[in-house]
Amino acid sequence: MSAGGRAPSGTPAIEVRDLTVHYGDVLALDAATVSVGRGTVCGLVGMNGSGKSTLFKAVMGMVRPDRGTVLVDGAPPAQARRAQAVGYVPQSEDVDWAFPLSVRDVVMTGRYGYQGFTRRTRPADRDAVAHALDRVELADLADRQIGALSGGQRKRAFVARGLAQGATILLLDEPFGGVDKRTEATITALLRELATDGATVLVSTHDLHALPELADEAVLLQQRVLLHSTPAEVLRPENLALAFGVEVAP
Amino acid sequence: MTDVLAPLLEPLSFEFLRIALAVTVTAGIVCGVLSCWLVLVGWSLMGDAVSHAVLPGVVLAYVVGAPFALGALVFGLLAVLLIGAVRDTSRVKEDAAIGVVFTTLFALGLVLLSVTPSQTDLNHILFGNLLGVSRADLVQVLALGAVTLAVVVLKRRDLTLYAFDPTHAHAIGLSPRRLGALLLGLLALTVVVALQAVGVVLVVALLITPGATAYLLTDRFSRMLWISPLVAAVCGVVGIYTSYFLDTASGGTVVVTLGVAFALAYLFSPRHGLIGSRLAAARRRRLVPA
Repeated sequence: MSAGGRAPSGTPAIEVRDLTVHYGDVLALDAATVSVGRGTVCGLVGMNGSGKSTLFKAVMGMVRPDRGTVLVDGAPPAQARRAQAVGYVPQSEDVDWAFPLSVRDVVMTGRYGYQGFTRRTRPADRDAVAHALDRVELADLADRQIGALSGGQRKRAFVARGLAQGATILLLDEPFGGVDKRTEATITALLRELATDGATVLVSTHDLHALPELADEAVLLQQRVLLHSTPAEVLRPENLALAFGVEVAP
Repeated sequence: MTDVLAPLLEPLSFEFLRIALAVTVTAGIVCGVLSCWLVLVGWSLMGDAVSHAVLPGVVLAYVVGAPFALGALVFGLLAVLLIGAVRDTSRVKEDAAIGVVFTTLFALGLVLLSVTPSQTDLNHILFGNLLGVSRADLVQVLALGAVTLAVVVLKRRDLTLYAFDPTHAHAIGLSPRRLGALLLGLLALTVVVALQAVGVVLVVALLITPGATAYLLTDRFSRMLWISPLVAAVCGVVGIYTSYFLDTASGGTVVVTLGVAFALAYLFSPRHGLIGSRLAAARRRRLVPA
């Protein structure tokens, strides 16, 4: 990852303290406290509506909390955004795959934060995009329309956007929705590599089988943080039952 | 050679037709460019709304003798603000908010027209009066068109990002809210530019059809940004000539021409056309030995 050392290395990459968020009358997060260290892959596990997406939004500063604080690289989210620290990989259903942009165009939007008023492309931007595409092994497909990629390639294209952005923290919302096992393994390997290089990866996932392969640690969420531990511990049936209400065999 | 061109050059000897052509081409280019984003963001209904909502502004401008563009712009922006306010501060969904606001403002325009002395012709405002555009109107259209186009071209990459992935725009420190507001403001300006060409009711055709046509023809946004205004401008010129020779309503003829262009793309676009994509597939099959 390009820009390290933005904050003292002792600071956690993501620090959420006592965070409470309401949407109208609906309680989305209830005094959630999570701290994710640098260079780790952290899996977010919980039912639909357990607050996973809200937690992502809070890290990006897209929701106004009722209470609590969010620090990203030791700074408020707005400052982290300006520092290009946070890269976001959207859920598949949130993307218009027929949008007339090429893979390269999409990855180039990762550079906009470094560019001037009209976002004119400079040689450094071209290099960063080429490098990011190489890294996720999509260099050959750079000129394809974004929807003409397979499920796994689409995910990698958005990860490449985060790399081109120089993001030190990657947020992935359900990256394994609708992709096959082999693709899942490829994405998992890529995320592990990035973490080894120092990136912090926060992944929400329904795929409990893949969790031990993917994540160093896992958070069990149900409005509150029920458990923050190793994947193996989180996957114990009695613990999963806390979040899902029924016994779930991992 | 001159014999062939003579019928085409003949209309150009009339000043009113030269002005009509200039207005239509300007409106076509500005609408065509903006159309690319409207189609991709899904703001067709918003375009329809803003274009109808300017009616009271136009009528009031005529009454007090202000430039029509000023009145239209004020009411276009008012419509945008009202729609946003109703959507954000009540449980009513956006399409309903749009429907309520624009029909009310449009109706207010009709009411105002009915009490206005008959120097303003309802038909001309509703359906355009290309052949009666004054030089002063032309200057307004050109100036507003140039401003709109300049802003659009400078901020095109941000607008495209806003259309494609507003969450990413937010994550890298841009403001999707502000970009959305910019696009709406540009929409209001564009409506004002196109008003003279095709009238309140048909402006939406210039705002949607060129972009939709271009979208069927390419998978590259940068190409859409050329194809769409080109389609709009060419259809504008063809429409005006047709209306001159057939003695038909100019605004209506321009819009019908655009519809024909869309139909052609819909049927014959090599990749996304109904027939075109099948022809291409058949050609590929023939190339592959059995």
